[in-house]
Amino acid sequence: MAATTTNPKERTLLAVIGDEDSVTGLLLAGIGHIDQQQKKNFLIVDAKTQTSVIESAFEDYTERKDIAILLINQHVAERIRPTVDRYQAAFPAVLEIPSKEHPYGEYACGPLVPPSDISDPSKDSVLKRVQKLRGD
Amino acid sequence: MNLTVTKSRLKGAQTGHSLLAKKRDALTTRFRQILKKVDEAKRLMGRVMQLASFSLAEVTYTAGDIAYQVQESVRKASYTVQARQENVSGVVLPAFEGVRSKDASDFNLTGLSRGGQQVQKSRDTYVKAVGTLVELASLQTAFTILDEVIRATNRRVNAIEHVVIPRLENTIKYINSELDEMDREEFFRLKKVQGKKKRDAERANESRMKENKEFEEGGKGQVGRDDGIGGGEAGGGDMLDQGKDEDVIF
Repeated sequence: MAATTTNPKERTLLAVIGDEDSVTGLLLAGIGHIDQQQKKNFLIVDAKTQTSVIESAFEDYTERKDIAILLINQHVAERIRPTVDRYQAAFPAVLEIPSKEHPYGEYACGPLVPPSDISDPSKDSVLKRVQKLRGD
Repeated sequence: MNLTVTKSRLKGAQTGHSLLAKKRDALTTRFRQILKKVDEAKRLMGRVMQLASFSLAEVTYTAGDIAYQVQESVRKASYTVQARQENVSGVVLPAFEGVRSKDASDFNLTGLSRGGQQVQKSRDTYVKAVGTLVELASLQTAFTILDEVIRATNRRVNAIEHVVIPRLENTIKYINSELDEMDREEFFRLKKVQGKKKRDAERANESRMKENKEFEEGGKGQVGRDDGIGGGEAGGGDMLDQGKDEDVIF
């Protein structure tokens, strides 16, 4: 029941870990926040970003008390899959989202997206559990 | 005493079991609903995010790369979430709600020279997308919490069903068997006592008969019969007939 003990009322921010396009779009929507310590609530990941950086950011965001939802690109989550799968708490809610280069399979259209880049929604840790529980 | 206590505990355990089972059923019903919604929302989100990506691509096409500009102009979140709480049979489920503050004008200068309209459009699209994401996040949180709670409830139900109730039943059985045993012992003891008394009485009767017989055969006369007052060998006279008592002088 540890997940329910923290008060969700104080959590108001969304955080995002993702590629440049996803982060830009979400920032455009106004979720970006820089606090007094100049700490950002977003992390841009590209091919050169080290896995350890992603991991520490993930841990940082999941431990912060003001974040309600953590959005993470699925292909980024894939890189730190064990950490994401280990994360079980309810707050902040970790949400895996598709990115521009890695859309969900059934909506990926045309030959522009190579099959290796197609994200499979069923790889998502939550959706995995959903599907397991639904029995398919 | 203990039997009564244990019996009432068993009763309590059974009531608790049925209550918990009911709670579990209610939660599971809710869980199934959420499960379905999560699945749907997840797929919907894929589409929404793709639309949003397209609009961003439009922006990039008309206004050039705005990523750096956007990242640098971030100050304070204008899109925040608020948590509401919902109660499902004693379980508090949070539901997030996106809140857009009024002064959402952080990126007014973005795309000023060209593509401003696209930027606005893209922003609106992304706000909508974030709305979907927030909705999905609250579903997912509810899903996680419910999952946990259901598991805990299931554990409790099973513990009561398979451990507590059998244990109490065993205790009751044991106490009952002990009580029965005591009952039987007592009964047996009483029987035994009765039997002994009977035997003793018989033996005494027998020995008396024997003695009587020996006495009679030995020619010592008849066995004294109780002849009542005035009878018997002593032949004690009547107490009232014994004349006057002397006066007692103090």
